[in-house]
Amino acid sequence: MSRQSLARFAPSRRTLAIVPPFVWLGLFLLLPFLLVLKISFADLKFGIPPYTSLAEIKDQTLTIGLHLRTYALLFTDSLYIATYLNSVKMAAITTLCCGLIGYPMAYYIARSRPAQRNLLLLAVILPFWTSLLLRVYAWVGILRNDGLLNHVLMWLGLIGSPVEIYRTDLAVYIGLVYAYLPFFILPLYANLVKMDLRLLEAAHDLGARPWRVFFSITLPLSMPGVVAGAMLVFIPTVGEYVIPEMLGGANTLMMGRVMWNEFFNNADWPMASAVTCVMVLLLLIPLVLFQYSQVRQLDDGRKGAA
Amino acid sequence: MSDDLLMAPTGSAHPDDFVRIADVVKIFGDTVAVQSVSLSVRRQEIFALLGSSGCGKSTLLRMLAGFEEPTSGRIYLDNEDITALPPYRRPVNMMFQSYALFPHMTVESNVAFGLKQEGVPANEIHERVFEALDLVQMAGYSRRKPQQLSGGQQQRVALARSLVKRPKLLLLDEPMSALDKQIRQKTQIELTRILEQVGVTCIMVTHDQEEAMTMADRLAVMSEGQIVQCGSPQEVYTFPNCRFVAGFIGSTNFFDGVISVDEPDHVLIESDQLARPLYVNHGVSEPLGMNVHVSIRPENIRVQREQPELDYNWAHGMVNHVAWMGSYVRYQIRLDSGLVIEASVPALMLTQDDAPGLDEEVYACWASGTATVLPS
Repeated sequence: MSRQSLARFAPSRRTLAIVPPFVWLGLFLLLPFLLVLKISFADLKFGIPPYTSLAEIKDQTLTIGLHLRTYALLFTDSLYIATYLNSVKMAAITTLCCGLIGYPMAYYIARSRPAQRNLLLLAVILPFWTSLLLRVYAWVGILRNDGLLNHVLMWLGLIGSPVEIYRTDLAVYIGLVYAYLPFFILPLYANLVKMDLRLLEAAHDLGARPWRVFFSITLPLSMPGVVAGAMLVFIPTVGEYVIPEMLGGANTLMMGRVMWNEFFNNADWPMASAVTCVMVLLLLIPLVLFQYSQVRQLDDGRKGAA
Repeated sequence: MSDDLLMAPTGSAHPDDFVRIADVVKIFGDTVAVQSVSLSVRRQEIFALLGSSGCGKSTLLRMLAGFEEPTSGRIYLDNEDITALPPYRRPVNMMFQSYALFPHMTVESNVAFGLKQEGVPANEIHERVFEALDLVQMAGYSRRKPQQLSGGQQQRVALARSLVKRPKLLLLDEPMSALDKQIRQKTQIELTRILEQVGVTCIMVTHDQEEAMTMADRLAVMSEGQIVQCGSPQEVYTFPNCRFVAGFIGSTNFFDGVISVDEPDHVLIESDQLARPLYVNHGVSEPLGMNVHVSIRPENIRVQREQPELDYNWAHGMVNHVAWMGSYVRYQIRLDSGLVIEASVPALMLTQDDAPGLDEEVYACWASGTATVLPS
């Protein structure tokens, strides 16, 4: 009896299972973010570290100095606003392209024979076995004015002089779509492969032609996979640094690059921190929306089971 | 069209034949799923394809629906060759085993789906959807999603969805397999009532002989891709044409024997498993000396303590097991030859005190008209 009453105070197994990921997230995500948030409200200062501290005790007086310079600049300077808008635009277009290319690929893989399926999946994952940096360098070689692509196009007689792709937005799009395509394909494939094919047969049976079946059954039922894939592409693309830096031109504005510049070229830690904080918030909104839609779907399923 | 009918390899085109399957073969890789099946189904008939799993009945159904194309042979519906038509052009609808209701649509949209594909005007769709839902008594659930319904309710919606387009032919794939045993029988009768009310021609596939016998006007027993016997449930039960059918439809007792006397009005069959010969007075065309199987249904075997007066059609043995099933008592009797036979005795004919009990010596006997002689 006493053991039972004591057991009430012991953490349940459920709690024990949930605690480690929370501790992990707290230590390695929340805490660093709070540090960055703190720095974003500081002012620039020469020395180490190169920013003022938020709170100071001098002559028994606690002074808390919240500097809003960075945020004021962020929301008034058209360069920053343009960078944010451009990053979101580029991420959105990349996501769309990944969807248009990735959907047919995922669909094809999910509908091929099981033995062939694994081979095709392997082909999708294979590029991950080499470093991203290396693969982006390979794209430099392909897209350069005297690169592979221009050589082939000129040899085919399609163009007279080299087309300038390297160091343009187009090159960045190519690089982004290339690098993030697998992130779209994999969750969508997982969704499509477990779809009940009898539903498609039922739709055929009821008089729907193949394209109608796709748009009224397959596509709506695969939306969770599409949303998951889109999030996995969109979120990292907004903050992407390597690809725009290596393939983009001087006027390819993306947040990752601005952050790098503020941090390393201008040594403006508070500004870099502010750029980061706003970006995190910008990414949080779609994530929360996504989470919300997932939870709602789970709830629907549960209601059905009850 | 008439040319096609003349060229049809088997079966004459009877005016009553609404669905005609002519010499259909289906081969997957190196397995023959359906072997030269010919079959006719009449208008407004409920026809059951009965067989254990892998016998080819589902493949045949899928060919009728258009999901598979026959390797050879033709399928006619209402005198039209539909063999090569894709499923979405056939006036055929199917109720799937798992119902295959669209999970992202409400009950109403599920039922309306087929009509929308036809381009039926919206107000007519609404009218016909509710007509169909009324028929299956599901009109009150039109806004629900399929996963919010019970198995029985899902089945009704699936039925409404497959009837709403007024198909010439309705296909039912194992219609009761997803339901609990308790509600199955009630549902079978209700489904039959709805189908008769609508007057649709229906082909169903099932592995459950009771289901086929409850619902079907006629049935075909399939085995290894072929139709073994086709007829009304009563015909097939009473006059099975082979050992497989006799054993598959209902339970039965088999005796192996040799025809020893062949008279115009009866035969005698000697069996090692029985001390006395079997006397059969009907339907035996097998010659003298031939090895045959004799099937006697458990309900035709009487169990008694006294030795019968005749010197044939009985056996002596010991009660091996007794099970009171309510309306009847199931006896297992171990004959002197070691063979165990089963007898179902109506409970009305016994009182519990008087009935032969376990390990009691009894005589099992049967009337000469109840045995069926099977060549194989």
